[in-house]
Amino acid sequence: MSTIAVIDYGMGNLHSVAKALEHVQPGVEVLVTSDPKQVANADRVLLPGVGAIRDCMAEIYKAGVDKEVAEAIRSGRPFLGICVGYQALMQSSEENGGVECLGEFEGTVNYFGDHLKDDAGERLKVPHMGWNEVMQHGDHPLWQGIENASRFYFVHSYYVKATQRQQVAATCNYGVDFDVAQARDNVFAVQFHPEKSHTAGLQLLKNFLNWDGKP
Amino acid sequence: MALAKRIIPCLDVENGRVVKGVQFLDIRDAGDPVEVAKRYDEQGADEITFLDITATHEGRETMVHTVERMASQVFIPLTVGGGIRTCEDIRTMLNAGADKVSINSAAVTNPDFVRQAAERFGSQCIVVAIDAKKVSAEGEPDRWEIFTHGGRKPTGLDAVEWAKKMVALGAGEILLTSMDQDGVKNGYDLGVTRAISEAVNVPIIASGGVGNLEHLVDGVLKGKADAVLAASIFHFNEYSIPEAKAYMRARGIEVRL
Repeated sequence: MSTIAVIDYGMGNLHSVAKALEHVQPGVEVLVTSDPKQVANADRVLLPGVGAIRDCMAEIYKAGVDKEVAEAIRSGRPFLGICVGYQALMQSSEENGGVECLGEFEGTVNYFGDHLKDDAGERLKVPHMGWNEVMQHGDHPLWQGIENASRFYFVHSYYVKATQRQQVAATCNYGVDFDVAQARDNVFAVQFHPEKSHTAGLQLLKNFLNWDGKP
Repeated sequence: MALAKRIIPCLDVENGRVVKGVQFLDIRDAGDPVEVAKRYDEQGADEITFLDITATHEGRETMVHTVERMASQVFIPLTVGGGIRTCEDIRTMLNAGADKVSINSAAVTNPDFVRQAAERFGSQCIVVAIDAKKVSAEGEPDRWEIFTHGGRKPTGLDAVEWAKKMVALGAGEILLTSMDQDGVKNGYDLGVTRAISEAVNVPIIASGGVGNLEHLVDGVLKGKADAVLAASIFHFNEYSIPEAKAYMRARGIEVRL
C-alpha cells in the first residue's frame, strides 16, 4: 500500500488536498502529519501551505519541517510543493518585509505590485484569484494527460521567479510572466491549487501518485 | 490568454437543505446541497457559494457536515457564508473543507473582526459581503449605503468607503449584493458595482438581481466585476452554466470552458 505524507505545520486547510488524493486513488493512505517518522517512512511527500510566508516559515522551523523537507528531497522520493509550499522552497520572499526560505530552488518570490495592468492597459486586481492558463514547458510525467494551456485555480499575491530557467515546468501571465511549476529530479512544485482545479488538477495529483520521482 | 471571469452559483442552505428550490429533474435529491453542487461542478461552475440561513445551533452543525461531504466530492473552490461571527466559526468551516468564508453583519458590528480573521487565516480566505442600496434621490449624485438584516436596517455607512475600509483591514475579496435589485431580476446595480470595483484592488463578486445572461455580461463589462454570482437563473434551469459561459465568451469575455 502506497502512503503519502501531507506535511501539517498548522497552516490552513489540509482536508481538501487529502480528500482529493483519496478521490483520485481510492485506497491510498494519506497521512496528514508533522511526525518526522511518518514523513520519513512515507512513499511520497507533499508540502502544502497557505497564508503569509513569514508565518509559514516560522511554523516550518518550529515543527522541524525544514529538516523533514530536506531529508525527503535528498531521499529521492517523489515530492510535491503546492502554493506557499512551492514558495517556501525558493531562496527568499519579498512578503512581510523579506523572508528567508528553504533555498531548495534558486530564485525569489516577488509581489505582483499595486499597479498591475494587462496588455490592453486594464488594471489587474491582486490577489491573482481564479482560473488562469498554465503554459507547460517541456514534458514531465506530472503533465501526462493534461492539455497544454489548461486552466488551474490560483489564489496568491506573490509569484515565483526561478533563476534556473531549465527547471521551469510551466509559466503563466498576469500582467507579468511568472513561474507556476518547477521541477528538479524528484521534486515538483506548483503555484496553483491542483486540489481545487477540477479535472486538470485531479489528473496532476493522480500523476504525482503514479510518479516514480524520475524526470 | 488571461485570467477567466468566474461564474459562481449560490445555494441558500437551511438546516442542511437547499431552500428556494432547485429544479434539476434528473438529480436524485435536489434538496441536498452536495448533489446540487456536484451538478454545477460537472457543468463547469468556477466556484460554489453556500449561504447558510439557518438560525439554530443544531442547523449550523449540519452545515459543517454538509461542507465536509462537499469537500470530499467537489474539487473546485467553496465559499461558505452566513452566521460567521468568530474566528472559531471560520476555523470550523475551513477545517471542514471550505476555501473561503464570507463575513457579513459581523463586519458591520465589529470591523476589527475582519482584521483579526485576515491576520489569523490570511486574506485569501476572507470575503466580506456587502449589502448596498442606493440612497441618493433622483438628480442627486449617486450614493449607496450599507444595509443589514436582509436590507431592512440602514447603517448610515457609505458603501464605497466601507468597501475600502474592509480591504484595508484585510478582506481578500468583496461579495457585493445590490439590494434594490435582489430578486427583482433587473440585473446588478452596475453603478455601485463599478464604483466599488474601481475603488479597491481586490476582486469583486457581483450579486443580486440576475434575470438573464446579458446581466452577467453587464456585470463584467459595465460593472467591472471579476466574478458574477447568480442563484435562481441556474437553479430553475432557465440557463445552464455552459450556456452562460458560451454567451459571455461570444461577448468577448474570457471564461473557463
